[in-house]
Amino acid sequence: MISKDEILHVAALANLKFQDDEVDSFVNQLDKIVNMESKLSSVDTTGIKPTYNMGDTNTVFREDKGVHTQTREQMLENVPEVDNNLIKVPTIVDKEDDE
Amino acid sequence: MDIKKETIASLHDKLVNKEVTAEELATDGLKQIKANEKKLNTFITVNDKAPEAAKAIDEKGIEGPLSGIPIAYKDNIVTEGIKTTAASKILYNFMPVYSATVLEKLQAAGAIDIGKTNLDEFAMGSSTETSYYGTSVNPWDFSRVPGGSSGGSAAAVAAGEVVAALGTDTGGSIRQPAAFNGIFGIKPTYGRVSRWGVIAFASSLDQVGVMSKRVEDSATVLSVIAGHDEHDSTSSEKEVPDYRANLSKDMSGVKIAVPKEFWHEGTHPDVLDNVNKALDAYKKMGATVEEVSLPSLKHAVEVYYILASSEASSNLQRYDGVRYGFRAKDVKNIKELFVNSRSEGFGDEVKRRIMLGTFALSAGAYDAYFKKAAEVRTIFIKEMTNVLKDYDLIMGPSTTTPAFKIGEKVDDPLAMYMNDILTIPANLAGLPAASVPAGLADGLPIGLQIIGRPFDEQAVFNAAYALQEENKFYEKIPTALKGED
Repeated sequence: MISKDEILHVAALANLKFQDDEVDSFVNQLDKIVNMESKLSSVDTTGIKPTYNMGDTNTVFREDKGVHTQTREQMLENVPEVDNNLIKVPTIVDKEDDE
Repeated sequence: MDIKKETIASLHDKLVNKEVTAEELATDGLKQIKANEKKLNTFITVNDKAPEAAKAIDEKGIEGPLSGIPIAYKDNIVTEGIKTTAASKILYNFMPVYSATVLEKLQAAGAIDIGKTNLDEFAMGSSTETSYYGTSVNPWDFSRVPGGSSGGSAAAVAAGEVVAALGTDTGGSIRQPAAFNGIFGIKPTYGRVSRWGVIAFASSLDQVGVMSKRVEDSATVLSVIAGHDEHDSTSSEKEVPDYRANLSKDMSGVKIAVPKEFWHEGTHPDVLDNVNKALDAYKKMGATVEEVSLPSLKHAVEVYYILASSEASSNLQRYDGVRYGFRAKDVKNIKELFVNSRSEGFGDEVKRRIMLGTFALSAGAYDAYFKKAAEVRTIFIKEMTNVLKDYDLIMGPSTTTPAFKIGEKVDDPLAMYMNDILTIPANLAGLPAASVPAGLADGLPIGLQIIGRPFDEQAVFNAAYALQEENKFYEKIPTALKGED
């Protein structure tokens, strides 16, 4: 059984927040899904290597040479707030105490 | 022109013989899409510049088989200068500054990008109902879903808006909507097609593929988009065959395995009935059909939802409101910018997957969930590989039911996840797999699934082609569209 506290902890890890009225139904749904996923514990995987990626796992090499693709202007085209050709974001340090 | 009755080859002939120009095809195509849009909602964005691009092809002269042919792209494939949303609010204004390799390859072959089709948000879903831009509907019955996540591409093809469309398939997102819409759809081997410029969902499972009414049209398109790409180190360097030229409907001596676990207790009898008929047809064509067992199939959904959600939670970290897409307003600091942009920008299903994945990867759960699922994946891959040592193909139903009603499962995520049980195996094992129409049940299409050996897309195409030539399903007009033409 997944607790509400666990869900809130995971939400914090994922940089997500939920309204109070959403949390309970989310806890309920996630609990059911995690329960389903827990059935895997019945499979004996002693000595089995995990598969984390597919395809050829050989390391691919290329020449250590810079390739110019997009320009600075192009890279900034989708940025919500640009100031002086730089990406503008809110303060990194919490201002709350100063206000 | 009625695109439903055309193929890439027939359109090519008309272009070469100057019965129609590429510009007219693009203009007519856009007209057709716009006329259908209110009913079907298959597109998120149409490319109004398509006729202009087509005119340039006319002026240059029609060359290869795809020259001047309009093709639709699922809206999680980035297209320079054309809005790409992944059906999410978080990318509602995203204008890519480069194009996916698959688009560049098709454009180099002269194909025209006619627009971007609807999907479940970030391709997470089986019905298109999680799209921020509204659900698409099924052209066979407007009260039903077209499936998903490539539901817009599938419905667009079935409704004759395009002859072919690209989709992506992470757990069945090409094959399930192909089955629900009575068309062909193929997910190639993992690594067959470059994923460069495809918005990542689960990187060890995602693959781009093709959907069309006719098997031969997907064969033509796949030969163009497949192959190694230096931008995607998981793309294979294996040579790409000319699938279209090598098509053969000769099934004599082909060994087909039918896993008994695919005859899932929850599977609708109409589905089984149509699939059994298709298997009988293969026997008559000289193939052998034998029952095999995939004992770990019962754990496929568990493995898939742990791995796919974990990879998604990692891939979707990049959406933070800083460099592109939706940015929340009135925030105090950068942490709040991240949290609010993500919480306001993602829909419920995407949040659910991010939460599931973050949970499975978190300290304390990692070994029991993520690592365990990756180990069971190894066992499952071995079971599939062993079957394919003795057999050329694995077959079964593509879905457990025909297209379900809009709204029927949207509030029950677990029921929605169980939909994928028959399509997930090919993704977990990285195998090529297709859905080809097997028949109709109560006016709704049923798909046969065909899974092949790694990089043996040809065998999958050939078997699908053999059934297509037997049942000629492509002649059928989607029920709900009848009388509207």
